[in-house]
Amino acid sequence: MSILESFSLAFKNIVSSKMRTFLTMLGIIIGVAAVTVIVGLGNGLEGYVTDSFADMGTDTLTVSVQERGSTRTLEVEDMYEIVEENSDYLNKCSPTATMSGYVKIGTETTSSSVTGVSEDYFDMMHYTVTTGRGILYSDIASRSKICVVGAYVNLAYYGGSAVGDSLRINGTSYTIVGVLEQQLDDDDLEEGCSDDCIYLPYSTASRVTGRISSYVITVYDENYVDEGKEVVEAALYEFFEDDDFYTVTSMSELVETMTSMIDLIVGILSAIAAISLVVGGIGIMNIMLVSVTERTREIGIRKSLGAKERYIMQQFVIEAACTSALGGVVGILLGYLLSSVASVVVASLLGESLTIAPTSASVALAFGISVGIGIVFGYLPAKKAARLNPIDALHYD
Amino acid sequence: MSALIEFQSVCKYYQMGDTTVVAADHISFTVNDGEFLAIVGHSGSGKSTCMNIIGCLDVPSEGTYLLDGRDVGQMDKNELAEIRNEKLGFIFQQYNLLPKLNLVENVEIPLMYAGVGRSERRERAKIALEMVGLGNKLKHKPNELSGGQQQRVSIARALVGEPSVILADEPTGALDSKTGREVLELLQQLHAAGNTVVLITHDNSIAVQAERIIRLADGRVIYDGPADAPEAVVTPNLAGKKGGVPA
Repeated sequence: MSILESFSLAFKNIVSSKMRTFLTMLGIIIGVAAVTVIVGLGNGLEGYVTDSFADMGTDTLTVSVQERGSTRTLEVEDMYEIVEENSDYLNKCSPTATMSGYVKIGTETTSSSVTGVSEDYFDMMHYTVTTGRGILYSDIASRSKICVVGAYVNLAYYGGSAVGDSLRINGTSYTIVGVLEQQLDDDDLEEGCSDDCIYLPYSTASRVTGRISSYVITVYDENYVDEGKEVVEAALYEFFEDDDFYTVTSMSELVETMTSMIDLIVGILSAIAAISLVVGGIGIMNIMLVSVTERTREIGIRKSLGAKERYIMQQFVIEAACTSALGGVVGILLGYLLSSVASVVVASLLGESLTIAPTSASVALAFGISVGIGIVFGYLPAKKAARLNPIDALHYD
Repeated sequence: MSALIEFQSVCKYYQMGDTTVVAADHISFTVNDGEFLAIVGHSGSGKSTCMNIIGCLDVPSEGTYLLDGRDVGQMDKNELAEIRNEKLGFIFQQYNLLPKLNLVENVEIPLMYAGVGRSERRERAKIALEMVGLGNKLKHKPNELSGGQQQRVSIARALVGEPSVILADEPTGALDSKTGREVLELLQQLHAAGNTVVLITHDNSIAVQAERIIRLADGRVIYDGPADAPEAVVTPNLAGKKGGVPA
């Protein structure tokens, strides 16, 4: 008897008791659907995080220096020198000085973010100045009281003609010399968004904030971010002779951290969902055991007609595997359906486009696992069936 | 004629709690190719044990059973399954058809386990069903048929693999006398066509349809001879007093 015959027998049995088969499969269906959706959600989140961080530049390193207690102080020039010396990897550098305080535009007070940066900063972050000019080296050298504003500030407070106007930060007046290109969609423009920003020369800002303690450095090739990070760390260690006074973080490292966290959460959730696969498998075993008892006479008849143990075994294992695989397929379809529904729901609730898409690998895995469960949990009942004594089985009622 | 079935001092013991039940006590006989034999006895006489051993569903505890010259007692489960498939055709009292399968599918089961291809199997099953007069009901399910018809399906199933021995266990037990007679006639036809038929029954009136009778009581052979001899239908308790007639 070929495997094919066993399959056709299995399908006949599955079809002849649809309700029972469906109930048996339910555990597998739920488990597979849950795993599919969770993995899909994880992928969606990962994609979302990666995309968001990619906008901020995966080729950048952020250095922050905490000099309290150190015998040496790191000047801006020292940092530039470090970047210069390691120009194999490191490209550009900009000090960043974040100013806190209130911004007054006309009579309105805003919460726009105010950052002091170098003349290279916009270039490094791939920001484009649409009107007016950016920050120049001469602005830095002369500590001019000028600023470049984000698209939101320009549109919301100046009606699109901010250049030439001025604003006040902590009481000091700054002339607006340029406007940056809009980063976000029109719908997303709101107070506190990434287009609600003001940039000054870092030298001007550091007068107010004091010492410059953080820097953005870009590397030439984003594949060498890790090497870039190492050389910066090495240089800073040489400078301070201690690693307590600085931290260097790369964007890609952050993305990695986030991604691995998401992976972990997805893994844990999947494991929980997988419990239902095990429960489903036990359900299959239970039904198969009942089925063996119910079909004892059939087994006896088949044996008396010449069925060897392995044929009986094969028939029951294949039946369990088919039931389970069928559950897996239904579960995968259900998972896809739920994923697309969830994508739409998330999009409309959060206003973020998050695509929940199960990967083909996870789908294949889910299917494989469900078939495996059928085989594993079908084995015991099949063994029981195969071992039945034909005489007893024939006289079983 | 060659010996097809050869029982040499076959014994079968069962353990029932502390006591050992002797179900077959040194039974010896031979059945030649083409014979029509009835094994008769009351319940507990050992005829079911005999039938199980002849049918290769069970092996003797002692003694030797040769089927077509092969020692069944030495076979493992797989070989037993193979020899059942190859050499034996079973007809049961309760027909033992599979209710979910149609008649053709039921009849072709032995061929499926023999590894015969699908189309040939179908063809042979159809021919067997036509032979028993059910060629017009190929796609019916067993429960759509009368008892006599179902028994004829099971005869077709027994025949389809062209076995050496057709083993009928109380084939008329569940049938009324008219359909019972029809089934017996069919068995006689099979015998006339050259098949070896072994009929197991408790009913003398059925046993006498065979050519030869082996009467069992308490696990022993008490008569072995032609079916038309007067001793063949002697009551078992009388026979028991006589001490049995050795083969």
